[in-house]
Amino acid sequence: MNMLAKAADIARSPGDPKVQSTGPSSLGAADRMARGLGWFSIGLGAAELLAANRVARGLGLEGYEWLIRGYGLREVASGVACLSANPLPGVTSRVAGDGLDILTLLPALRHDNPKRGNAELALLAVAGVTLLDVLCQQGLTRRHARPSGPRRDYRDRSGFPKGLAAARGAVRQAGEARPALPGIA
Amino acid sequence: MKALVWHGKQDIRCDRVSDPEIEDPRDAIIRVTSCAICGSDLHLFHNFIPAMLPGDIMGHEAMGEVVEVGSAAKSKLRTGDRIVVPFTIICGECDQCKRGNFSVCERTNRRKDLAEKVFGHTTAGLFGYTHLTGGYPGGQAEYLRVPFADATHIKVPDNLTDEQVLFLSDIFPTGWQAAAQCDIEPTDTVAIWGCGPVGQMAIRSAILLGAKQVVAIDCVPERLSMAEAGGAIPINFEEESVVGRLNDLTGGKGPEKCIDAVGLEAHVTPSLPDTLLDRAKQAMLMENDRPHVLREMIYVCRPAGIISIPGVYSGLVDKIPMGMAMNKGLTFRMGQTHVNRWTDDLLRRIEEGQIDPSFVITHTVGLEEGPEMYKVFRDKQDSCVKVVLKP
Ligand SMILES: NC(=O)c1ccc[n+]([C@@H]2O[C@H](COP(=O)([O-])OP(=O)(O)OC[C@H]3O[C@@H](n4cnc5c(N)ncnc54)[C@H](O)[C@@H]3O)[C@@H](O)[C@H]2O)c1
Ligand SMILES: [Zn+2]
Ligand SMILES: [Zn+2]
Repeated sequence: MNMLAKAADIARSPGDPKVQSTGPSSLGAADRMARGLGWFSIGLGAAELLAANRVARGLGLEGYEWLIRGYGLREVASGVACLSANPLPGVTSRVAGDGLDILTLLPALRHDNPKRGNAELALLAVAGVTLLDVLCQQGLTRRHARPSGPRRDYRDRSGFPKGLAAARGAVRQAGEARPALPGIA
Repeated sequence: MKALVWHGKQDIRCDRVSDPEIEDPRDAIIRVTSCAICGSDLHLFHNFIPAMLPGDIMGHEAMGEVVEVGSAAKSKLRTGDRIVVPFTIICGECDQCKRGNFSVCERTNRRKDLAEKVFGHTTAGLFGYTHLTGGYPGGQAEYLRVPFADATHIKVPDNLTDEQVLFLSDIFPTGWQAAAQCDIEPTDTVAIWGCGPVGQMAIRSAILLGAKQVVAIDCVPERLSMAEAGGAIPINFEEESVVGRLNDLTGGKGPEKCIDAVGLEAHVTPSLPDTLLDRAKQAMLMENDRPHVLREMIYVCRPAGIISIPGVYSGLVDKIPMGMAMNKGLTFRMGQTHVNRWTDDLLRRIEEGQIDPSFVITHTVGLEEGPEMYKVFRDKQDSCVKVVLKP
């Protein structure tokens, strides 16, 4: 990122300050993780969309290509949401999607499936990713939620040193004209 | 020096950067004593305003002590002067500046070429904002170079604290201009969407300008309590119908004047389905802004009323009911604030004790804590309304 800042210095004039060394970021670990999961989701979704036939064959789920493409679309949508300014709904949708993936893979564990080994591996991978998704979801909630505890009360902050009653209509009462509006009339 | 630097979406860091240098005779450099985080900074934080670059220094609400003055600014400024820096950079000489339309100054945007392509015509240079408005380094830093400093400053007396005068840089005149644009009559109901710092200033301004009633809309209880303290009737849009309540308060006729102090990031909630659609479109880059508040204002505003928009919009918005607005004969007024148009008058009001804008400050921290405070302010945690940074 610091490299990017250096590259962007060509858009700056000689007297503009330039980054010398960089400090701690406003991005927390959970925010970064959400971005990682977002890109992963888009990558996986693209693979499911573009190579649904190979995925189906590899898992012994022939006949379910349409479902795999649908899941690909879902992964891409979740990924885009994970990369947005508020990633929590995106990550939550990933957790729900993980559940669907697991349910879909279970039938592939049947004994007569020649690709049973692949399906087991896939299930293991999904379980791992589910763990990451859940951790990320919890991390984001911890970092960004508004705790429901007591709020500060600002009922004493009128901003009018002479009191609210004196402030009402003070401009007109002082005989001042209304402010002249900007424009080119 | 230290500065808060934009590195990408939601990635602001407290970096070490080189000191600014005078590059034009009209420049001056200040040592920043106080600066603030603004709702507009959140739009940049979320990367909703195009043309930010990694390495850009944030901040457009700053004040401090003049430490260096270019030769052409010496007639107006001296080292040691205490100034507030307006967020709009102005030349003071062009056609628009002469009319007091300072935020559309024709000379101060050093990326006029970009602005002319994107906006059709240039607008003023702004501190700590997109490269469409010049990409000038901002004031969330220990030092700030002020271009066109002979015109771009507000001198403030020593007997007022930083906290009392800092907001002359932006939010106080912004709230004031929003209310002024409403041409307030003593019979008017003024409805204000958004009780962030800008909404709070707009509420106080509408009260001073003599509205019959001021109604404030938000969903954050502590912000609504601050709105009530300033004389507004609060509406929590998560708990009651905004349109229903506004009609009740106006005998079914709707508020004469409506102010949008929310801007492009209207709250997304399932009870307002259009906001879900806007968010989805925004994520897929099919729409820049979430204009729920504009739609609601056009719907509820009294025919022949005025819609005043200080809230920032960045680009293209969808499903704005123009037919409704046209048939109701509404007047729209909007814009970045012409800060220096109002500041002499507003400084006098602060000096006379008519208003003290420091009421809005809830957090004061050092620059190093800036990145974390962006998050706290954005997430409205810890009852945060306005953050002041002390470099
Ligand atoms: N025109 C100018 O020159 C100028 C200057 C400063 C700020 N601004 C703009 O003003 C706007 C507000 O700034 P701020 O500092 O007060 O920001 P803020 O983010 O603190 O405040 C916005 C408030 O709007 C509320 N809100 C969200 N959705 C809402 C809805 N549907 N109805 C009612 N309220 C809703 C939020 O809860 C929040 O309290 C921003 O868009 C900012 O960019 C413009
Ligand atoms: Zn601002
Ligand atoms: Zn000008």
